[in-house]
Amino acid sequence: MTGRLMPTGDRAILVEPQERAHVREFAARLQRAQCADIQEVVPVQDSVLVVMRPDGDVARLAAFLQRVIEAPLDPIASTSHAAPSVTVPVIYDGPDLETVAKASKLTPDELAAAHSATAWTAAFAGFMPGFCYLVDGDPAIVASRRSEPRPAVPAGSVAVAGPYSAVYPRNAPGGWQILGRTDAPMWDLDRDRPALIVPGCTVRFLPVSVGSGARRVS
Amino acid sequence: MSRELIVVDPGPLSLIEDYGRPGLASYGVGPSGAADRESYAWANALVGNHPGSAAIEALLGGLKLRAVGSHWLAVTGASSHMRVDDRSVRNSGWIPLHDGEQLALGHSTRGLRTYIAVRGGITVEPVLGSRSSDILSGIGPPPLQRGQTLPIGPLEHGPLTPRRRFSTTHQDGVVTLRAVLGPRNTRVPGAHRLAHGVWTVTNNSSRVALRLARLERDATSDADVDIGSMEWDARQEHPSEGLLRGCIQLPPSGLPVVFLADHPVTGGYPVIAVLLDADTDRAAQARPGQHVKITLVPGPLDVRQTRSSGSIHADIEER
Repeated sequence: MTGRLMPTGDRAILVEPQERAHVREFAARLQRAQCADIQEVVPVQDSVLVVMRPDGDVARLAAFLQRVIEAPLDPIASTSHAAPSVTVPVIYDGPDLETVAKASKLTPDELAAAHSATAWTAAFAGFMPGFCYLVDGDPAIVASRRSEPRPAVPAGSVAVAGPYSAVYPRNAPGGWQILGRTDAPMWDLDRDRPALIVPGCTVRFLPVSVGSGARRVS
Repeated sequence: MSRELIVVDPGPLSLIEDYGRPGLASYGVGPSGAADRESYAWANALVGNHPGSAAIEALLGGLKLRAVGSHWLAVTGASSHMRVDDRSVRNSGWIPLHDGEQLALGHSTRGLRTYIAVRGGITVEPVLGSRSSDILSGIGPPPLQRGQTLPIGPLEHGPLTPRRRFSTTHQDGVVTLRAVLGPRNTRVPGAHRLAHGVWTVTNNSSRVALRLARLERDATSDADVDIGSMEWDARQEHPSEGLLRGCIQLPPSGLPVVFLADHPVTGGYPVIAVLLDADTDRAAQARPGQHVKITLVPGPLDVRQTRSSGSIHADIEER
């Protein structure tokens, strides 16, 4: 693997693997290696932010990260453990269903089918508790971010933007296109695992009714 | 006898904070924790608490607490006039509060956040391993309410630290903050202008972030100050990237956002510089309306290292 290490202040290093596909592998290696200097690992699509413990040594951390990057790719170690599988029931009646359908040159029903037929993979978390960016969906879905974000996207909104899909755990401002809604709670502190979807999960959306009668008006 | 403190008045905003809950980025949960960790740690040390004991973080003072049982308290961070019942109290270390007595903080005159540690620690139920209130995600105890009873832990900790003067994190006048340029400064033209002139802390600032605006008029000369706007054209999508406290994000508006304790796990605008970790405590004491001067300093890893063996290399970016 090759990559850049970029100092981020004096307590963190941003690692950018040359190949985007190596981000997950690099993050997985960090988990396995368990370096005592590391307090937090924040992978996103293109990079991994590694935050040091306050009593750590940033030069030692940089040397460690360099070794991790340089270690040869091990096909056996790369195989992930069986990832949890999550099913999210969705009513596909979102205010942007028709807009996205049009951009994707599909009917709304075909769009709902495309969104739910393939299994998505939770790539990384961020933004708010319980929010995971899902990837590997049907490439036929064409969805850009809205030019004007909504001040309040309702909790449970199932949305798409670019190559991602996600479910909003709570009301929040957002610029993603809303295809539908679910009442499966994305975040529940009373559960053992409070986030329903965590990185590595496989997510299947299950249509429970597809564009019936009364469409929700945005 | 039960040992408690009763919140007679929470002031503008009083929160329970400890060292926070790092390590939960995969849940989308940020680390939170005391905004000025130095003052928080010192308050705990003064009353002989375990370092991670939960304390109160009071914004702009105004907090009033009444003792049930006897307590030792320490008050650090922002200064304000203090009274125990009707007696004025000088703050020179720890403060004994006997059963029934009330400690009252006046409005903070210097600095923004005051830390009140109690010997034994505040022992409300932890959430995800910490008693810290994260105002962005809502995780942790809610803000203190009038009439609330705070449980206090048993007195089994270390000795009280001898009273002595301690340095403060709040600064009068211009708050000077040191930052390392990067990692995404090259995505924004003129990112180095962050260090030009002086910024003002706006009222939209909070534990999530300082939101800065350009100082419009130079108070000394009463002339308009124009050091160039940092507005930029965000036509390209910028992927979200991990954040930590101290990250200075630049949205297209050109108004820098300096993240503090309750930053989100990821952010969608480029991080053009990051405060030195130690300076985030001073940033947490900057009051709305106060001025901030950002100075760019070299980071700890400004060494270029390239290996010549084959095509495998990892560059450490030179600034």
